[in-house]
Amino acid sequence: MTLLSVLASAPRLVHLSTVDLVIIVFYFALVLAIGFYLKGQANTGEDFFMAGREMTAWIAGLSFLSANLGSLELMGWAGASYQYGILAAHWYWIGAIPAMLFLALVMMPFYYISKTHSVPGYLKLRFGEPSRALSSVSFAFMTVLMSGINMYSMALVLKIVLGWNINFSILISSVTVAIYVALGGLRSAIFNEVLQFILIWAGALLIPILGLIEAGGWSGLKARIATNASAEYTHLWSTLGKFNDNPMGIHWTGIVFGLGAIISMGYWTTDFLVVQRVLSAKDLRAAKMAPIIGAGFKMLVPFIVILPGLLGLALLPIKLVGETQAIATGGHSYNEVLPLMLARYCGPGLLGLGITALIAGFMSGMAGNVSAFTTVWTYDIYRALIKKDASDQHYVSMGRWSTVVGVAISIGTAYLVMDFKSIMDYVQALFSFFIAPLFATVLLGMLWKRATPAGGFWGLLAGTASSVGMWAWVKMDPMALRYVALSPYARDMAENMYRALWSCLICAFITVAVSLVTRPKADAELKGLVYGVTEIPAEGFVSTWHRPWFWATVVGAIFVVLNIIFW
Amino acid sequence: MKRGGSISIWFFIGISLLVDGLLILGAGVYQFFNPPPQEVVLFRLHAGVWWGALLAVIGAVYCIHYAPGKGRS
Repeated sequence: MTLLSVLASAPRLVHLSTVDLVIIVFYFALVLAIGFYLKGQANTGEDFFMAGREMTAWIAGLSFLSANLGSLELMGWAGASYQYGILAAHWYWIGAIPAMLFLALVMMPFYYISKTHSVPGYLKLRFGEPSRALSSVSFAFMTVLMSGINMYSMALVLKIVLGWNINFSILISSVTVAIYVALGGLRSAIFNEVLQFILIWAGALLIPILGLIEAGGWSGLKARIATNASAEYTHLWSTLGKFNDNPMGIHWTGIVFGLGAIISMGYWTTDFLVVQRVLSAKDLRAAKMAPIIGAGFKMLVPFIVILPGLLGLALLPIKLVGETQAIATGGHSYNEVLPLMLARYCGPGLLGLGITALIAGFMSGMAGNVSAFTTVWTYDIYRALIKKDASDQHYVSMGRWSTVVGVAISIGTAYLVMDFKSIMDYVQALFSFFIAPLFATVLLGMLWKRATPAGGFWGLLAGTASSVGMWAWVKMDPMALRYVALSPYARDMAENMYRALWSCLICAFITVAVSLVTRPKADAELKGLVYGVTEIPAEGFVSTWHRPWFWATVVGAIFVVLNIIFW
Repeated sequence: MKRGGSISIWFFIGISLLVDGLLILGAGVYQFFNPPPQEVVLFRLHAGVWWGALLAVIGAVYCIHYAPGKGRS
């Protein structure tokens, strides 16, 4: 019996009133209206794929964050916080903030000065065509798969929460995204992502506010969790000394080096899905400020994602269980904690806005994947490998069509992942395959001028192959976990962290080794691409308040304080 | 962000918050006078009323401030 057939017979969590439906329909109408309105502003390649490179820091920053805030993110991490406690917040703090600040201050100048259209495009400039071909094909593959996963997870939410038909949900939502991205390109995706970001907050913010009132504040919440589960669930670092001392079965080295230093650095600095938003900024200062603004808001996201999960653990009268057990017993799974909390507090109207927030999360995630796929397909695969000398209009037309085709492939992958038992496991596996090694390649490319084209290509290939190899090794022989994750007690999350760490190190090692025995490019060829041979443009005379380093320091200080408070 | 005589994204956001806020406020006021048989937890706080009003006010401010033709981005 498949997950789908079981869910098809499950009772819905909430019933929508007329006003809820009006709010949802109005949302769909508005995003389509934005797409049609922006159609006239997406006539050139620069407009369609890069939004004219004229976004302000605020719009690029909110879009940068919103593209990451998919429904999988909202539902999955709320469920993870019910299951693992506040440890899930690591994916928002150490698993995001240092990387976003690093992107802003260290890497963004090179992306921006090189005027690349994409991350694979940067690899072409730095390491040559083979590296671009490898990274663009793997990125395109990962993107349509991620888009499909996002689409399926949203359809599943609507099935569980509202009892809507899964095919209907997938069709309506994907067609809407296809229309507004195909019409307005990246500008339309970005505009809608900013709108979706606001709606996510408007729809989800009431849950933690009302939840904290019901629980009696943070101290009341901690006391209830200590009774219902364990006091360990509200500590961020103090339980990470041993693998089996915390609910996640992870060691602090996995969090710091696997998540903080590799997975998050790789995702936030080289995943073109998010980097594309920043490349659309109007100037270098805006491009540096955008990730810093995104980081400021990212630190707040646990308030609407992690806190509802903890509140569910403290307040819900029912015990949530794993997906498999929920299917077997007809109970509710961890992943349903957010809609359960929504149904707990929200009456007519508010419920519609909450559901709109979930749908908006899905659409922003999917539109992010689709617009990034479109750019990489058109510029880094089609133009680079298939048709080199077509007109700008031809590539814009290809961009519109590839949006539609990308959505169609995503629908196919959405049906493919229905048979997967754990979606989050595959998402993390995909990141460790393609993103972790890419980070080492891009970083060495930007910071080490001795890195050669051959070193970049073979390092990336070795890192990706080793990551897939380690994943397959543990799948075939679970005992291999003790070697990959350093402990037989390590669980899925820990395995993903360590696999990412090893693949990144292997990539770096091979890149360095091959580079040392091959001929490097001349300095003149590396201008604008590598630290040490690139002159970073001055920011001009601006006050301290307008300088990226100042705000990066402020965000960094708040990040440290938050970790100490919840230690 | 806008180009030429185009409409700011913040205006679209204002429209969205204003319409949603008014709908939520209306539903909240209706429930205030006609409580449902099955109340949500903390119904006595009438979250729909104040949350809807807050969204509507913010939306109205954005609509006015970023109205097309006012030259803001």
